[in-house]
Amino acid sequence: MPDPGYLLTALAAAVAITVGLRALPFLMVGFLRDSAFLADLGRWMPLGAVAILAASCVFAIDLGGHGRGIPEIAGLAATVGAHLWRRNAVVSIAAGTGVCLVLANAVPLP
Amino acid sequence: MGISRGQRAPHLAAAAGDAGVIWAGLFALGIGFGVLTTGYGFAWWVAPVLSAALFAGSVEFILVGMLAAGAPIGAIVLTTFLVNSRHLFYGLTFPLHRVTGRLGKAYSVFALCDEAYALTTAKDPAALSSRRILWTQAGLHASWALGALAGGLVGSTLLAGLEGMDFVLTALFTVLTVDAVRESRDWTTLGLAIGTAVAAQAFVPGSMLLAAMGAFTAALVVRHRLARRRAKGEPGLGEPDAVGRAAVEPSPEALEAAHRA
Repeated sequence: MPDPGYLLTALAAAVAITVGLRALPFLMVGFLRDSAFLADLGRWMPLGAVAILAASCVFAIDLGGHGRGIPEIAGLAATVGAHLWRRNAVVSIAAGTGVCLVLANAVPLP
Repeated sequence: MGISRGQRAPHLAAAAGDAGVIWAGLFALGIGFGVLTTGYGFAWWVAPVLSAALFAGSVEFILVGMLAAGAPIGAIVLTTFLVNSRHLFYGLTFPLHRVTGRLGKAYSVFALCDEAYALTTAKDPAALSSRRILWTQAGLHASWALGALAGGLVGSTLLAGLEGMDFVLTALFTVLTVDAVRESRDWTTLGLAIGTAVAAQAFVPGSMLLAAMGAFTAALVVRHRLARRRAKGEPGLGEPDAVGRAAVEPSPEALEAAHRA
């Protein structure tokens, strides 16, 4: 485990950045409201950000390691399937993760 | 005392009715985060401390891996900034004017995570009380931190050998993407995001996330300029593009005034 001083410094930096990002628009709400570019960015960025994060997770699936990526790919299919069917985020996440966990730990795969 | 309890309970009940299932989900995700964190070799208390102090789930999942690898503080700052920059846009439409008191407002801003924004802005601001908003956020915060504590304690003993728990992160972002696309039908944005993600993975796999976010933002700058140029080049044609729509939307101040009236 890294030393506590490093952890504390890193955590303080991350908290400062996060709180700053959350507080800034409230301080600048009058200025930002008139910016057409930020209006566009506010509409496009949330979808783009989660899509890029999802893509980074998919790219991180290790096709050469234990299970050959089968648990993750099956979990992904279960997540999307459950979400298109039930539209309940918690159910979809639980279903996908459950499939992935069972396949990764309880089923012998190549 | 009976009066104060009578006043408090309805707000908590209302918050739990809307957000209870998300609280449960965050608790489960918190367990996943706690297990993942101890899996990196951290002590049981690291995950709940991170979760209570930072309360930013997606970046915590990324940071814990960077912390385990001893990443430079500069890289942690940059990653936190890029992953959490989406929070810049929440404050523009979050009904903070419904939250009373300086401490209440400060906590509401601190705890303005994705779920808090989504749950709160889905409601008519006039129907939201200060306590209901704060209970919703406090419930999310407590669920996430307590889940991390449970995962940290149990994960370090019983679940140490469990593989694939970090899949909760993949599932979370996949679900959020499906929801965002279903809400907006914005296939152009999805295409740009996937395109820049694939390109970043191909050319700079070591810092895919940073490269993809940067390229995606650059693409949005170009897209915005093209939309404006098209709007200026065809005056009076009346095709409502993105800029035109933005100008027509009521301002937060106008909405606030309408709700106060």
